[in-house]
Amino acid sequence: MNQKTLAAAFPVTVPVLMGYLAIGMAFGLMLQSAGYGVVWAFFMSLTIYAGSGQYLGVSLLATGASLPQVAFLTLMINFRHLVYGLSMIEKFRGMGPRKLYMIFSLTDETYALLSSAKPPEGTDEHSFYFAVAMLNHSYWILGSVLGSLAGSALGVDTTGVDFAMTALFLVIAVGQWKAAGSHVPALLGGVATLISLLLAGAEDMLLPALGMIVLALTLMRPGLDGMGDGKKTKTETEKKRGASSCS
Amino acid sequence: MQLTGGQAAAAVAVMAAVTFLTRALPFLLFDRGERPPQIVLYLGRVLPPAIIAMLIVYCLKGVTFASPVGWVPPLLAGGAAVLLHLWKSNDLLSIFGATALYMVLVQGVFG
Repeated sequence: MNQKTLAAAFPVTVPVLMGYLAIGMAFGLMLQSAGYGVVWAFFMSLTIYAGSGQYLGVSLLATGASLPQVAFLTLMINFRHLVYGLSMIEKFRGMGPRKLYMIFSLTDETYALLSSAKPPEGTDEHSFYFAVAMLNHSYWILGSVLGSLAGSALGVDTTGVDFAMTALFLVIAVGQWKAAGSHVPALLGGVATLISLLLAGAEDMLLPALGMIVLALTLMRPGLDGMGDGKKTKTETEKKRGASSCS
Repeated sequence: MQLTGGQAAAAVAVMAAVTFLTRALPFLLFDRGERPPQIVLYLGRVLPPAIIAMLIVYCLKGVTFASPVGWVPPLLAGGAAVLLHLWKSNDLLSIFGATALYMVLVQGVFG
């Protein structure tokens, strides 16, 4: 990976930079108030690298949860990753040793960027993906370290800064909506998750939602297959969405 | 701190290992060199918009309707993110603008 690839990847990752600095800082602040300082923040963000998983991790550490509890709850909150990998199998093929890092660093946001962003002309696509993944990871580490340090030093009111993550997902959704051949998957995802929220509650909503989404999309395959990804549709929509880097 | 340093380090190691496992499993199951089954490729195509929609609802799970502070700030800021993005298609502007609006609303207007 050279400077040119990094320079090409950086603009694509700017929304994640903002989102990760904000959410990472919030994590660092929480961890600090739970009694774990900057070294913990750094190593958790370096080795776990999962937003909601690390938020959960703070409360697991603070309450002194047992290792089986830690394992089970981490599995539940990260279950959606199982699905993310499916979309990336083709993309990561042939990446050699770097593939291991790509798999490790497949967060919600990196997944979103990789599933939509296109490497610019003249850039090796695998190096581009690798650069995007590494930049995002470094933002996350930086954010948590800054948050941890700020937790002991400053008194700035950061209430509400975590909305950056919601805004990021909304922006990605708008881009996907404009580019999509069919809006059924997006609508289905929203409705299924709302149903899951109402039935299962805020704590346990993700797993049932994911189950409903996968089941419904599988059943709807005869109607949907080929709609969102016909070769013609794809090239046309990609031209249209060139302006938006993260979608 | 309820845990010793060693216990906490073990907990962090378990979190890291399980998180990596959830990310690696699809590759262990379906990445054998041959093409994955058609159904897997199909899901890989149609899932992303559904998952992003799921994450948006997940982000907004704390919305309540008991008082305006529970739903007006996320509604206005979320609407601002969508409208800004439809208007300018600038990621930075949409995210910064919506987040700043949200912070003003929860700290100032409704704070």
